[in-house]
Amino acid sequence: MAAPLLSIRGLEVRYATERGPARVLRSVDIDIPENAVVGVVGESGSGKSTLALTLMDLLPGNAQQSAASLLFEGVELSSLPRSQRRRLRGTRMAMVFQDPMSSLHPLFAIGTQMVDIQRTKHPELSSRDLRQRAAAMLTRVGVPDAAARMSRYPHEFSGGMRQRVMIAMALLVQPKLLIADEPTTALDATIEAQIVELLRDVRSDIRGSIILISHSLGLVADLCDHVVVMYAGEVVETGAVDDVFGAPQHPYTRALLDCEIDPWAAVEKGAALPRIPGAPPDLVEMPAGCVFAPRCPQRHERCGVAPALKSLDGNRTVACWLR
Amino acid sequence: MTDRAAILQMESVVVRYGRLTAVDRLSLVVGDGETLGLVGESGCGKTSLAKALVGLTPIDRGRILLDGADTSRGDATKRGWLSQRIQLLFQDPVASLSPRLSVRRLLQEPLRIRHALTPQTWQEVRQLVVDLGLSESLLQLYPHQLSGGQARRVSLVRALAMRPRIIVADEPTAGLDLSVQGELLNLLAQLQRRLGLTYVVVSHNLNVIGRITDRVAVMYLGQIVEVGTTRRIFDRPAHHYTAGLIAANPVLDRARRRKRTVLQGELPSPHDPPPGCRFHTRCPAVQERCRLEEPALRPDAAGHQVACHFPLDGG
Repeated sequence: MAAPLLSIRGLEVRYATERGPARVLRSVDIDIPENAVVGVVGESGSGKSTLALTLMDLLPGNAQQSAASLLFEGVELSSLPRSQRRRLRGTRMAMVFQDPMSSLHPLFAIGTQMVDIQRTKHPELSSRDLRQRAAAMLTRVGVPDAAARMSRYPHEFSGGMRQRVMIAMALLVQPKLLIADEPTTALDATIEAQIVELLRDVRSDIRGSIILISHSLGLVADLCDHVVVMYAGEVVETGAVDDVFGAPQHPYTRALLDCEIDPWAAVEKGAALPRIPGAPPDLVEMPAGCVFAPRCPQRHERCGVAPALKSLDGNRTVACWLR
Repeated sequence: MTDRAAILQMESVVVRYGRLTAVDRLSLVVGDGETLGLVGESGCGKTSLAKALVGLTPIDRGRILLDGADTSRGDATKRGWLSQRIQLLFQDPVASLSPRLSVRRLLQEPLRIRHALTPQTWQEVRQLVVDLGLSESLLQLYPHQLSGGQARRVSLVRALAMRPRIIVADEPTAGLDLSVQGELLNLLAQLQRRLGLTYVVVSHNLNVIGRITDRVAVMYLGQIVEVGTTRRIFDRPAHHYTAGLIAANPVLDRARRRKRTVLQGELPSPHDPPPGCRFHTRCPAVQERCRLEEPALRPDAAGHQVACHFPLDGG
């Protein structure tokens, strides 16, 4: 098997809070293969957005991070000086955020921002060339009348068009790793479908891997090859999307998939909807043992000790004593 | 059409904000005891309609009848008349509760409005608090001390304390995680059975709409383009917009995903809706007639209503 593009081992992130450290990521191990689209799913507090911010080195000041290893393209990121790590952003890595309005500068025209983002990666190109590349990329992602819209400001674009601009900016630097954090959550249904089509379409342009962070199981099933299921700061299951969603091995994955409503299913009116009783644990006062045990329908004595993530058949992993 | 008695009738309702027409000549009937879903994208007017139903937004033209009484005339305009019959559950439950009042005061307020704060009615409300799975120790707290789920339940108790017959729920599951949304929806279903409530559920979550509603009304740019039973809308949508909206919903089932068509273009500005059929700028089946002539919402033999000159599936 080829070496993965990104290999994360033993990643821990804590946020300082008034009540003490909140352990938002705990011993996270994830491999992102070359040229793959990997979905990271989980509910609020699962740590999926913190994972994205950690990889982009954008964690807030109250966060404390440690990792046994963060190997990206053969380079150990955790021992890289801050300045060199920062240079990876916008050259080897790029990110598309949920809310493009807050990641675009409101006072600069779109064209200016699209030119500036390429400067680190392409110092040899003139401003004119960079502008041309930017306009061509806007056309590529489906922004009509691209040349004229280069001089427009972010607030003059619709939400869907702003997200297209963000994707164009990410594509301009041809990253090896593109991280998309809930890229369609703020959009209307028909616009979301357009952006999903666009992401599928530009996939071959990227020549790298995409991490799609989402709470939507349907979206991950739609776009991804692999999936990482997170719960309360830990990875509980990984594998090919069809395997994991088709035959989930972790009780949490199974319970979550049960909660997804199929609007076409023939059910009695008034039949109760599935849910997972209880609530995720308090990340400041984590109970000992398996993180899902308090809500798990299959909990037993061994769950008092936390199970490690173990490989099932070389292609998938699960953290549960029952497997 | 619904085979239930009508509890709420909207007749050619118009809601305007200055020169913007948010709801345009909209007619819709809600049956007693049913759950009606209202779907559409942002700017389609669904929240404006929800607010008009509970009297938070004045209507410009047309009328709304509740139990046969015109809500803009006579007794129905008196303070408290409408709020004792129809209640709105807001999308953001924490923002809808006054931050300066304790939960106890928040829950007593509806009783005061009804001039009905007695030890007995207060005891009934406390019983509702318990029935909805809240601890009575919550009464001491203020809204900012509640979790999202608790705030949602407090809003629900407040609405129920007015003893309404109709509840309009604006995005009731927005912001709720998948693993807990079932709990809220089960609770709403139990309350409906026990109290005989009628629900109007506004939501962009088609999975939820498909599961909990009896009928669905689809809105586009201030108008209803299709109304019918939930099964018919999901299995055989007649309007091209409905079909596109349903196809856009990401689902786990791969077979269903393969046959999807993606609607092109964006919602036109509601300030300047297109002439003819409002959907013609995005419709995959547009013809010359659609650009010129506005289609009326018409029922077929089975009572399924659609506003389209060339509906899918033969209408």
